Amino acid sequence: MKFLKPIIIFSCLTIILVACSSGGNQSKTSSEKQSHVLTVMTHDSFAVSENLITKFESENNAKIKFILSGDAGTALNRAILTKNSPQADIFFGLDNTFLSRALSEGIFEPYQSPIIPDLTPSLLLDQSYRALPVDYGDVCINYDKLFFEKNKLRIPSSFNDLPLPEYKGLLVVENPATSSPGLAFLMATIGEFGEDGYLDYWKSLSENGLVVVNDWETAYYTNFSGSSGRGAQPMVVSYGSSPPAEVIFAETELLDAPTASITAPNMCFRQIEFVGILKGTKERELAEKFIDFMLDIPFQEDVPLQMFVFPANKNASLPVQFEKYAQIPAQPALLNPELISQNREKWIQDWTVIVLR
Amino acid sequence: MQNQLTVKNLFKKYENKPLLAGVSFTVKEGETICLLGRSGSGKSTILRIIAGIEQPESGEVFWNQQNMKDIPVHQRNFGFMFQDYALFPHMNVFENVAFGLRMQNLPAETIREKVDAILRKVKMEQFSHRNVQDLSGGEQQRVALARAFAPEPKLMMLDEPLGALDRTLKEQLMDEIRFILHESNIPAIYVTHDQEEAFTIADRLVLLHDGQVVQDAPPEEIYLYPHSSWVAEFLGLSNLMVGKILSVEPLWVETPLGNLKIERQKVNRLQTGDSVTVLLRPDSLMIDDKEINVFPVKIKDQIYLGDQWKVKMMIGQYDFIFYTSAALKSTNFQHVSLNPKKINIFLDAK
Amino acid sequence: MNKFKKFVQLVGLFFLFALPFLYLLFFYFQPLFATFEMAFQATVIEKISTSWNLIKRPIYFTFWQASLSTILTGIIGFPAAFMLAKFRFWGKSFLRLLITIPFIMPTVVVAAGFNALLGSKGWINLLLQSLFSLDHAPLQIMNTLGAILLAHVFYNSTVFIRVVSGAWSQLDPKLDYAAQSLGSPPWKVWLQITLPLLKPAIFSAIILVFLFNFTSFAVILLLGGPKFSTIEVEIYVQALQLFNLPLAGLLSAIQLLFTLVLSILNMRLTHIKTVQLTPRNPDVIVQPVRGWKQHLFVISMNALLIGLFVLPLLALLFRSVILIETKLVSQEITNYYRFSLIYYQELFLNRRQSLFYVPPVAAILNSLYFGFITVGIALLLGFLAARIISIRNFLGKILDPVLMLPLGTSAVTLGLGFVLVFNKPPLEVNTFPLLIPVAHSLVAIPFVVRILQPALLSFPKELIFASQTMGASSWRSFWRIEFPIISRAFISAALFAFTISMGEFGATTFLARPEYPTIPIAIYRYLSQPGGLNYGQAMAMSTILMIICTLSIYSIEKLKTPVINEF
Repeated sequence: MKFLKPIIIFSCLTIILVACSSGGNQSKTSSEKQSHVLTVMTHDSFAVSENLITKFESENNAKIKFILSGDAGTALNRAILTKNSPQADIFFGLDNTFLSRALSEGIFEPYQSPIIPDLTPSLLLDQSYRALPVDYGDVCINYDKLFFEKNKLRIPSSFNDLPLPEYKGLLVVENPATSSPGLAFLMATIGEFGEDGYLDYWKSLSENGLVVVNDWETAYYTNFSGSSGRGAQPMVVSYGSSPPAEVIFAETELLDAPTASITAPNMCFRQIEFVGILKGTKERELAEKFIDFMLDIPFQEDVPLQMFVFPANKNASLPVQFEKYAQIPAQPALLNPELISQNREKWIQDWTVIVLR
Repeated sequence: MQNQLTVKNLFKKYENKPLLAGVSFTVKEGETICLLGRSGSGKSTILRIIAGIEQPESGEVFWNQQNMKDIPVHQRNFGFMFQDYALFPHMNVFENVAFGLRMQNLPAETIREKVDAILRKVKMEQFSHRNVQDLSGGEQQRVALARAFAPEPKLMMLDEPLGALDRTLKEQLMDEIRFILHESNIPAIYVTHDQEEAFTIADRLVLLHDGQVVQDAPPEEIYLYPHSSWVAEFLGLSNLMVGKILSVEPLWVETPLGNLKIERQKVNRLQTGDSVTVLLRPDSLMIDDKEINVFPVKIKDQIYLGDQWKVKMMIGQYDFIFYTSAALKSTNFQHVSLNPKKINIFLDAK
Repeated sequence: MNKFKKFVQLVGLFFLFALPFLYLLFFYFQPLFATFEMAFQATVIEKISTSWNLIKRPIYFTFWQASLSTILTGIIGFPAAFMLAKFRFWGKSFLRLLITIPFIMPTVVVAAGFNALLGSKGWINLLLQSLFSLDHAPLQIMNTLGAILLAHVFYNSTVFIRVVSGAWSQLDPKLDYAAQSLGSPPWKVWLQITLPLLKPAIFSAIILVFLFNFTSFAVILLLGGPKFSTIEVEIYVQALQLFNLPLAGLLSAIQLLFTLVLSILNMRLTHIKTVQLTPRNPDVIVQPVRGWKQHLFVISMNALLIGLFVLPLLALLFRSVILIETKLVSQEITNYYRFSLIYYQELFLNRRQSLFYVPPVAAILNSLYFGFITVGIALLLGFLAARIISIRNFLGKILDPVLMLPLGTSAVTLGLGFVLVFNKPPLEVNTFPLLIPVAHSLVAIPFVVRILQPALLSFPKELIFASQTMGASSWRSFWRIEFPIISRAFISAALFAFTISMGEFGATTFLARPEYPTIPIAIYRYLSQPGGLNYGQAMAMSTILMIICTLSIYSIEKLKTPVINEF
């Protein structure tokens, strides 16, 4: 007797809540007809300082709404699926491995931002300015300094070192089918050994006790010995920005980074993140302003400590810890986005056969 | 040598309060005894102990000379009929009744014969293939009875079997149960809190109160000679009051009404000055005036019951209820005489 | 006037009973078809023949691991259910609560917990190594089939245990005694009486657990690793990483087909009549532990359950309050452990003034908010659906298997479907946060139905008839009689719905909005960045999730009814 009543009441309240909250939203947007709403679709790892957004909103009499939609692949998928009735005005988080795909689906409108000249030229992969680079990160092998020191191991200086017996079982990589850094590392090896040679290389790695996991979280926090997970492998495929992050997010003041990246030529793969205005947007003007905002110095200098990537704007300065601990490879691997788009599936499948079976 | 069940000195606690405090009785072949007592007096617990479902803290159960202590439930061959029938819901009537026989590993043909026979006895032979969940209360009752009897147990225990039924059904089934029990000639223990059931079915009543057997005797004896005021009250004999013994031979008791002469007791442990409880039996009213135990009364009500009159009256300050064969003359004050042969005395003073 | 009243009553009744169908049509079938429409833009047949080689391995493996996991869950769950239904012992309700917690924990942190226990540098290996003087870890369980099976048992045992022990404690113990008094030794009582009466519950439990294992995603991905792929993982990879929607759609359809087969099977198997319930004092059912054999059983069962369910969670708790510093001391890598609440403190700080900082309190409230709404929706619709199904007419026979379909539908498929369909106000994914509880309720409703259905079905008809002859209307008879008895079932169902909502992560990814972060999403954000503080905060957040869920479940269970005391 006591409980069905409250439950029925509760469910009725729910239904009322439902009706109210949708109604509420409508009234909100109607009262803000003066100011515009810009919707930005991006992935779950997006981060930005609150005050930067507030400043933009007040300067432009606008409201920014973010849709965080899973990982990069998931978010892009969603944008592509809804391209005929776009759910946002701006898409951020497209990386160079997906670039070609996104461009061929035609989801962007080109915009030639005035800040383009300030961007690092090698990052401007789309000459029609449909997708503009905002930041980049380098996928590099991170290694655990203490481990290498204790065992008096030489730090690998090229791909060819990794299959050596002294490094047996010490490397963990991510599955390129399910992980973005995993795919990046795969492509770095393709860049080094070419499409004819990379599979043999992977075979040799596989025979040398290579550990493969499905995602970065597992690799870094479960397998890597240099992280809080205290795992078994002292080498992991991660980002060039991971060592500074370890310092910044350390519980106690550290005198030195506990990990470092291997930045030998071609061993890091550069991932570039792009932003674009989604085709069919009704807020073109505001979208353009937002793109400018993202490419400009304040945002660009905010990016390292929020998302742990490097700014695309060559005039932006890096935070201290980045200066100290991030190693920027002189010669990162880069592959043609068209090539990536065409062969991605095949590369992954071939890799799977060699390494996982 | 007759088969008999002996229960000796059972002690058991329930939630740290004593439930059974030294219960002993016997049941012989052909006897049906009734464990009678209030709800919660431990009657069902006694049955469960006998069946082996529960263990007493101390005390023993003997079948003939054999101590049942280490014999598990399924080897005792004591039949049990449960309060809410406990029929196996996933089996039909036939399968339920046949269960005990199957456990005896009898051949299928024998089982079928026996089940049919017993279903006929309880008048359920038409229902053989019905699902037990589709049966009415009375029908389930009969199936439960048949099921318990089918494997021909040495002893039968029935735990408030008629509890959930309505009046007419109860009466009908009571007769049937009594018949079947007597026909089978095995010792049987019937548990109830309903006095009328007990009186109908039992050869002997075992009354339970405060964890002990307060009287163990045939119904008539208990009714005529209750051992204590509690028994009297339980049986519905309510004309009770305190008294003090004035003299033992002849037996005179001082009561709030006045002095009473009593002529029936087998009680020989009385002493002058003892405090006692006095019971005026419901038929102790004498209309034709005798000279003994005369008191002025005030009649409050007389109700015609068909075969007798129920008279509510006041004697002194107290209310009493008597049953007479004819109405009393309805003047306000009358004198009545109380039959000294129909007054009980109990040694417990209220 | 009377006729009008009756008409209104009828219409109201009709609407009420149509509600589950309408709900499913709108919130499940609509998104589902949208996704399939997207997916099957190429010819289906052509796709199947070319893709068979690709997908046959995941399909076989899905069945293989789901079957093994389910069997193992049954082996552990059955004696546990027995113990919980039959015995009264110290710490019992706490233990039952603890077994439920794994269900809620995001796999991401469970992986961490397992690793802390079973990894090559985990406690157990360290213990074994020091005990037996080995020079490397003897137990290599991570990234093997063993890890997958273990994790599935860890997660899903609570489902099995609750369903089976719930049914078990409704079994009249007098049936046991009756059978014994008729000469049946205890083992035969099991075979002839107990097991046949438990069959519907056991089948139900097995099928539910199987479906969960069948559609398991994060466990395969994180604890199994790249060597293992199931249908669900393939759907994710094909759809979201390789943009191969047609293949993803095909796999989704196959998954759905199998789910339909399983749920029809379930309906057939549980068609057996269930036990009659009479309100009884639970003390009669539950007994104290007596004798050395029983004590041994209860103690070893408890030890097993605690070892299996509690230890990994304790590992998380431990990691959230312990700071580890690693130094190289005379050529040996030494770890220094120190108690610290720094991770919890850090949770409440938004150091970098990030826009997407998740205040723990907000995350907790959001998670709870969604949880309770899910309970409300699921209880209401589940009850109506259970009523419909228990009438056993044609409508009920359709509704029964159809309700189970969301359980076997890929979260990716459903999530994408939601995004495709709900893109116009007011039901827009972007502005309507309640789509999250809607998605959760789709998974919760079949559970509510499963739990309420036996209680509704086995209600003794006499009691209702008796009340009706006394002149009460059917509505009142429900309140006074039917309800107190099945209220325990309601509480159990509410609990399930709540835990499902708290633990659902897949579809929520699609539907989540940054303004309403939930705890699992917050945990995931922390773990996607390197750094000790991030890792620690993820552990702290997980511990908070554990504690909140423990408290919520505890308070739901504490709702006592007049008739039924304690489980």
